[in-house]
Amino acid sequence: MLYREAGQFKTSYAADQAMLPIRQDRIALVLLLVVAFLGVPVLGSDFFLSSIMIPFLVFALAAVGLNILTGYAGQLSLGTGAFMGVGAYSCYKLATYFPDTNIIVLVLASGVFSALIGVAFGLPSLRIKGLYLAITTLAAQFFLEWCFIRIEWLYNYNDSGAIEVPQRMLFNIAVTGPHATPTTRYLVILSIVAIMTLVAANVLRGRIGRSWMMIRDMDIAAELMGIRPLRSKLSAFAFSSYYCGVAGALMVFFWLGSAEVEAFDINHSFLILFMVIIGGMGSLTGCFMGAAFIWVLPVIIRAIPPFFGLDMLAATTEHISNIIIGSLIIFFLIVEPHGLARLWQIAKEKLRTWPFPYASS
Amino acid sequence: MESAELLSVSNVSLSFGGVKAISDISFNIMKGEVRALIGPNGAGKTSLLNVINGFYHPQEGQISYRGKTRKRMKPYQAASSGIARTFQNVALFKGMSTLDNIMSGRSLKMRSGLFWQMINVGPARNEEIQHRKVVENIIDFLEIAHIRKQPVGKLPYGLQKRVELGRAMAMEPELLLLDEPMAGMNLEEKEDMSRFIIDLNNEFGTTIALIEHDMGVVMDLADRVVVLDYGRKIADGTPTEVQANQAVIDAYLGVAH
Ligand SMILES: Nc1ncnc2c1ncn2[C@@H]1O[C@H](COP(=O)(O)OP(=O)(O)O)[C@@H](O)[C@H]1O
Ligand SMILES: [Mg+2]
Repeated sequence: MLYREAGQFKTSYAADQAMLPIRQDRIALVLLLVVAFLGVPVLGSDFFLSSIMIPFLVFALAAVGLNILTGYAGQLSLGTGAFMGVGAYSCYKLATYFPDTNIIVLVLASGVFSALIGVAFGLPSLRIKGLYLAITTLAAQFFLEWCFIRIEWLYNYNDSGAIEVPQRMLFNIAVTGPHATPTTRYLVILSIVAIMTLVAANVLRGRIGRSWMMIRDMDIAAELMGIRPLRSKLSAFAFSSYYCGVAGALMVFFWLGSAEVEAFDINHSFLILFMVIIGGMGSLTGCFMGAAFIWVLPVIIRAIPPFFGLDMLAATTEHISNIIIGSLIIFFLIVEPHGLARLWQIAKEKLRTWPFPYASS
Repeated sequence: MESAELLSVSNVSLSFGGVKAISDISFNIMKGEVRALIGPNGAGKTSLLNVINGFYHPQEGQISYRGKTRKRMKPYQAASSGIARTFQNVALFKGMSTLDNIMSGRSLKMRSGLFWQMINVGPARNEEIQHRKVVENIIDFLEIAHIRKQPVGKLPYGLQKRVELGRAMAMEPELLLLDEPMAGMNLEEKEDMSRFIIDLNNEFGTTIALIEHDMGVVMDLADRVVVLDYGRKIADGTPTEVQANQAVIDAYLGVAH
């Protein structure tokens, strides 16, 4: 099957505005969804599901959240980890107070709390930009981490200081807690991530998404087109933090099973930021590419030496993957700020015009 | 029609620290006219446009637009009351395509709420398509269909200026402020741009205030001209009148004050 748009004439603006105007892309997406919803759960081992696919999806969703703020709205944030934490602790408290409510509803509701906190910490963005704003989000990160430790109410005064996920049922199947199978948890996460990504794609190519990019690219001109900077920036903070919050709730309830403050520390903020940088600023596909790359690369590197019968220390393989990821971040920051997603797009562009590159549109 | 006053600037003064950018300037713009602002570099022309659309707040004087007087207004309020503008150093949204840049000019006219945008059906989708049609007409008018999907950051300067005009047109403004729309263009590009401005004024009745250095262009396009020098108004009248004005000739020849 060739990657071509020959013969695919768009006869209406509606068709031209579709998310994936090229038919081959639409087919690829459908195939991808079939593999994700049917192939992976049937063929994947429990280890593959719970240690690779579930974390990958959680991080991809958090990366979507951060990319909305940083890649699309141009506001750098180092507080992603803490915003995920707000989602997780909110979900824990909601599950405590509303034990009979559908857990998916609670996960989606917990994002509202991180959206509110995100807006509060986004307020300085009206006055300060770039690195200075990043520093206020860093302050948010440390302040929230402090709250996660000091406000014992948040973890129901447990001696361990950790939040422990209770068992919750959906249609008589355990979806959270120790009895929930990796397949069930994977399918729940996959559904939420797929739907939320679709929603993000819709918002990003409409009026609201455009207003974020306008502020990012040229704020004075945006204001002149009638965009109100405060409203636009805060809505980006709200939207972004909502996604991070839901990702945090999913992380604890559907992946880790229990968590302490370390799960939401500054390292996680950086981890998500690196995923966005490597995947591509301002690209939803990039969020998935970046998350896959950063989460899966170390797993692969760990598997390579034994494959060749070599014996390598765990610490060594970890260093190797850190070096590779570090160099790639520098490479992408300097050479291709639009990341893997852009490289992929260039490859497709080449394929589209191959073998007559000069005949491009 | 001709007699209605759209904008009047009265005794406006603006300074930055010690620098007086505009001193006690008064002039008006009539509905439907093309009003040129000329003067040497640093005369205060750009600052005056910035005062009109609310970027700068003058220390003295007032501005009335459509008969309403105001002292302070925010740029987005100017936008919603029908004032659009282009910039001396193109201020496009560099990461967005030509199409999205011009679509951004429709922002104020879009109404559909967050919910509909999230699921992208119903009102959000219809609205997007409806505005897309308007934008496509502008793209045809400006003859930039071939760069519709290209990111504007990589376009040649002349085309960027054109896209910026398109973005301002998309706002369907009543008053359009153009800051040196033809600077750095070759003759052919200037002719194209002049044609667009004339058509815009004739066909859509858009009132235009235009900063321009090329006297030939000003003579062709403008109904009336204000001449600034060192922040002061030194002449005001038809192009022929100001061209014959001794103070204007002195200012342009650099005669000591
Ligand atoms: N933001 C600003 N801060 C300080 N001085 C400014 C600013 N904007 C303009 N000026 C000064 O005001 C004067 C008029 O500038 P400007 O309006 O850009 O002139 P023109 O557009 O006629 O070339 C200049 O002396 C310029 O240095
Ligand atoms: Mg100027």
